[in-house]
Amino acid sequence: MSQTATMAGSAPDTSVGVEPRGPRPKPFFTPTKIIIYSVLVFFTLYFLFPLYVMVVTSFKTMPEIRFGNIFAFPNQINFDAWIKAWTSACTGLTCEGLSPGFWNSVKITIPSTIVSIFIAAVNGYALINWRFKGSELFFAILIFGSFIPYQVFLYPLVMITREMGIFGTLQAVIIVHTIFGMPILTLLFRNYFGSLPQELFKAARVDGAGFWRIFFEIMLPMSLPIFVVALILQVTGIWNDFLFGVVFAGTKNLPMTVQLNNIVNSAQGTPEYNVNMAATVLTGLVPLIIYFVSGKLFVRGVAAGAVKG
Amino acid sequence: MADTAVQRVEGAGISGQRGFLRKTFVHNLPAKIAALPMIATVLIVFVGCTLWTIYYSFTNSKLLPTGKFVGFDQYERLFGTSRWNVSVTNLISYGAMSLVFTLVLGFLLAVLMDQKIRFESAFRTIMLYPFALSFIVTGLVWQWIMNPTLGLQTTIRNLGWTGFSFDWIANPRMVLFALLIAGLWQGVGFCMVLMLAGLRGVDDEIWKAARVDGIPTWRTYVSIVLPMMRGVLVTAVVLIGSGIVRLYDLVVALTNGGPGISSEVPAKYVYNYMFSGGNIGQGLAAASMMLLTVVIIMIPWAYLEFGGKGRQS
Repeated sequence: MSQTATMAGSAPDTSVGVEPRGPRPKPFFTPTKIIIYSVLVFFTLYFLFPLYVMVVTSFKTMPEIRFGNIFAFPNQINFDAWIKAWTSACTGLTCEGLSPGFWNSVKITIPSTIVSIFIAAVNGYALINWRFKGSELFFAILIFGSFIPYQVFLYPLVMITREMGIFGTLQAVIIVHTIFGMPILTLLFRNYFGSLPQELFKAARVDGAGFWRIFFEIMLPMSLPIFVVALILQVTGIWNDFLFGVVFAGTKNLPMTVQLNNIVNSAQGTPEYNVNMAATVLTGLVPLIIYFVSGKLFVRGVAAGAVKG
Repeated sequence: MADTAVQRVEGAGISGQRGFLRKTFVHNLPAKIAALPMIATVLIVFVGCTLWTIYYSFTNSKLLPTGKFVGFDQYERLFGTSRWNVSVTNLISYGAMSLVFTLVLGFLLAVLMDQKIRFESAFRTIMLYPFALSFIVTGLVWQWIMNPTLGLQTTIRNLGWTGFSFDWIANPRMVLFALLIAGLWQGVGFCMVLMLAGLRGVDDEIWKAARVDGIPTWRTYVSIVLPMMRGVLVTAVVLIGSGIVRLYDLVVALTNGGPGISSEVPAKYVYNYMFSGGNIGQGLAAASMMLLTVVIIMIPWAYLEFGGKGRQS
């Protein structure tokens, strides 16, 4: 950086042999800066382009789309495609739009998130404060298991849930999400509880508080931030899931991502791209809202997977 | 720490057989009960299901997993099936390209973001938002953009460049690049965030020293900073790699394996044989091969991360 910057801003002050001290005042438009910003803006366009196309297309009418310009702004904002996507687009057998899928996703996401976070929080707490024989081994297998492709577990899990009589129900999806959310969440809580001062735990222990009392009265009140991170991670992750929904949920409970894919990819007759894009935006809306509202916490959540204990 | 404290609280006088039983089962009992879901997950799912899958991949199970032991027959048939071989080749080509491009672009963008630029958080927000979206949404948006009849190709042609061609999702030779564009769109931002965290973790003194020595900035990045970011790089490779092996939703949404079988991937092969092909043994053999791939990727990582710790210190 300093090389080219010096070249550009060199004219006024290099006549003297001694370097002036302190940072050099730099003009804003050095060639380096221009290159940096052009590259960044180029990538920004690449990242924003699909969002723009998606939204613009969803407000167009089909004749406008057939005109063949995906950049063009709609002549007038038209909500017909959105209404159709929500209420009457065909998802294979039925034509009720995305709304049943949305509610199925809500019904899957809320309990899965709560159950998986609670279990993982208890795991993390037990792993840090109540180590028992083999607990570290279980944890190591858990972490290693998170890298195994889900396809390896699919069929046996189908058999287990079928034996339990819950295959094709919401419970099955919730259990599966809890299982596969466990490694990353346990890691998250274990690292967080490990960073808390151990004296608090010991003091409570000396005062005679037991496992659950310390968990609920001392650990939980101190761990709100990590719960928010876990919440963001799980809600977006479960909302975006496709594979578990399509395998375990059963035809009545298919989540929104599966319904969306059915609307677009198994549609009969002429495809309605505006409806497709409205449905796509609708499905992406929940994670997008979470992303834009949570800001840096989302970054913390996704980076949590990267910081291995 | 806590362990010893607890042991002191429990009676110290117990010894012999009773002490052993007590230590294994009764000691720390509430913690063990609370960890039961984890223990069950590890034993039943991560160990049990894996072994089950491997075992039944050696049987000739069709509609139900009841077949008899047939040795490596399923694997022989697997590698004699063109669809599987295409899937594997696709995964290797796509995986290599995706890994290289994600890492290079992620690092490049992180370096640019690290130049004390303005609007850094706006740039980061824009680069990372695709990562919040599902692969289904990603695949469907790009499917529409790359639509040969009404998408980008037609738009550019209508604007006057009549020779413009961008029919990658309909072209068997280019379809993997279509997948790549969509995959990079979704994943590069995440890699950038990881890399940026790594860059910010490098001590300022290093930079000062390099500047004093007159080393050009790019050279400092490549020869000094990059090797110092080994940990972040390894993590990025493992995360991206395990994501690539799992590649499924994106293919289903973007191309559904087409045109023909030219963008099939192993995860889709497994799903189709298990749940719509009614050939469980074949699906399980394919799943076991995916497992083997991940194990091969993981062993060097686990060795570096845990085995070599003594040497690195």
